[in-house]
Amino acid sequence: MSPPTHAAVAPAPSETAGTQTQPRGSRRVGDLLFFNLTRAFAGLTLLMLAGIIVSLFIGAWPALKQFGIAFLWSGDWNPPKERFGALIPIYGTLATSLVALCVAVPTSFGIALFLTELSPPWLRRPLGTAIELLAAIPSIVYGMWGLLYFAPIFSQYVQPFLAATLGKIPVIGGLFDGPPLGIGILAAGLILAIMIIPFIASVMRDVFTVTPTMLKESAYGLGCTTWEVVWNVVLPYTKAGVIGGIMLGLGRALGETMAVTFLIGNMNVFNGFSLFLPGNSIASALANEFAEAESELYTSSLIELGLILFVITFIVLSLSKLLLLRLSKQEGTKT
Amino acid sequence: MDLQKKRKLINKLALTLSVVAMLFGLFWLVWILFTTLELGVTRMSLDLFTKMTPPPGTEDGGLANAIAGTLILVGLATLLGTPIGVLAGVYLAEYGRRTWLGHATRFINDILLSAPSIVIGLFVYAVYVAQVGNFSAMAGVIALALIVIPVVLSTTENMLKLVPDTQREAAFALGAPKRVVIMQVTLKAAMPGVITGVLLAVARIAGETAPLLFTALSNQFWSLDLNKPMANLPVTIFKFAMSPFKEWQEIAWAGVFLITLGVLGLNIVARVVFRPKHKQ
Repeated sequence: MSPPTHAAVAPAPSETAGTQTQPRGSRRVGDLLFFNLTRAFAGLTLLMLAGIIVSLFIGAWPALKQFGIAFLWSGDWNPPKERFGALIPIYGTLATSLVALCVAVPTSFGIALFLTELSPPWLRRPLGTAIELLAAIPSIVYGMWGLLYFAPIFSQYVQPFLAATLGKIPVIGGLFDGPPLGIGILAAGLILAIMIIPFIASVMRDVFTVTPTMLKESAYGLGCTTWEVVWNVVLPYTKAGVIGGIMLGLGRALGETMAVTFLIGNMNVFNGFSLFLPGNSIASALANEFAEAESELYTSSLIELGLILFVITFIVLSLSKLLLLRLSKQEGTKT
Repeated sequence: MDLQKKRKLINKLALTLSVVAMLFGLFWLVWILFTTLELGVTRMSLDLFTKMTPPPGTEDGGLANAIAGTLILVGLATLLGTPIGVLAGVYLAEYGRRTWLGHATRFINDILLSAPSIVIGLFVYAVYVAQVGNFSAMAGVIALALIVIPVVLSTTENMLKLVPDTQREAAFALGAPKRVVIMQVTLKAAMPGVITGVLLAVARIAGETAPLLFTALSNQFWSLDLNKPMANLPVTIFKFAMSPFKEWQEIAWAGVFLITLGVLGLNIVARVVFRPKHKQ
């Protein structure tokens, strides 16, 4: 129940309309108050955004002053010596998110295709809900399960297999090289993929269903197969929305904290580009180190990391939103 | 003829792969739920709900303080965030559909909905914890409330938009002022949807760990003081799962089971309370 309901009990509509027991003026004041109250709370959302940026900026100021712009590409993260650079966490964040996208995008496309074109109607709702439930499982559950159940199996069976197959291909082979530890960038990326599949898949499913039936049926009328209709008609029509969904997934992956913290290995030294190696991400550096950071410079370097993360996700999510808005506008003009 | 065979083959291949993708998604869900269920149930006992979190190396112990802490944090955050979210949603749907503030708020809110929750924790740390000088449950409540607001706001707005304008017009025609129309007609009509939004918000914050790490922190002891660190399930699980002690890990699994059960239960209830009727 929303608490404000009892505020509305004041004048019952029938009384005020019939007998004019209240002067018009006070009704207007009440309306004006209510309007401004709701407007203030809407404005609060904007204030919150400004507050986040300003407060993080102030918190990061000592680090900004000390390291300047070089903070972004310095790979040295050495708390005892008070030297901080963001390169390794930034690399870890981007690498895990890209791995996640490589797995999640084709899978989500397949799921959306299944749910919109193949599934019998009575199965659509339960299966759609099941996939959405993947998004409901808390991050910490993914993390603990990933570390204690997924990682051992991953290191014993999957990593040797990947090293023996993909690892032999000349250029990308280097990515699948090294000791199979179970934890590392690849493992973290895969868990992230499972976590963002529901977001991408549900956006794709929703935009696929808004494709006008007429358009699809004309393609079927020309003799297209289901795949050709989806690939040549539905996908081009919903392109903006699909990319928007992918960006939404990317935004989620970049800021995901707990699951990555469990699985990435939390290593602040760069040893090579192999995805088998442990690394660190911005969010997991914050989760692990912030509460223990003693010196001011250490704390403010971590806050600067948070600021960088917020700015990156803000840009990615804005793009996602703009693309999705474009699709819904298009929907209005074409009939 | 050859071309047609090829096209049919590609079609079959693609459709098979889409079934595989679907099974791939379901596979993880089943695996995770199965593990959680299996390990969580074995540690289930009355002790879990009556005893405090144990120091390392002791056999018995429970999660009583963490369970109570999570209930308090989530409850207060929902009470704090819901009215703000609902009223802001009312503004977007009833007053500000075409205003500058409406568009800006809608845009920013959708971004805050997916913004990294650890940054919300940092924000509350900077504006509250650092000013007050110590970690406290109150800071955790604020951080979680900031996550509740965008969820409730966007569902309220969307549900209010589904209420047909003819209903508003009918109420206006009876002479009702706008706030009465909103409170007694449109918001009432949208109530099941708004409740769904609140339930989903509760489900979302119940498992949130990252924003609590630098706000509510955790507490090994029973504490109901809002100005002190408070034990809570997610942070306790994090601490126990990362530890080398077997007893701690077992308790962490029991905690994971409780959270998963609660969160999935809320999600399913929310979906039953409000089944989308507008779909055709």
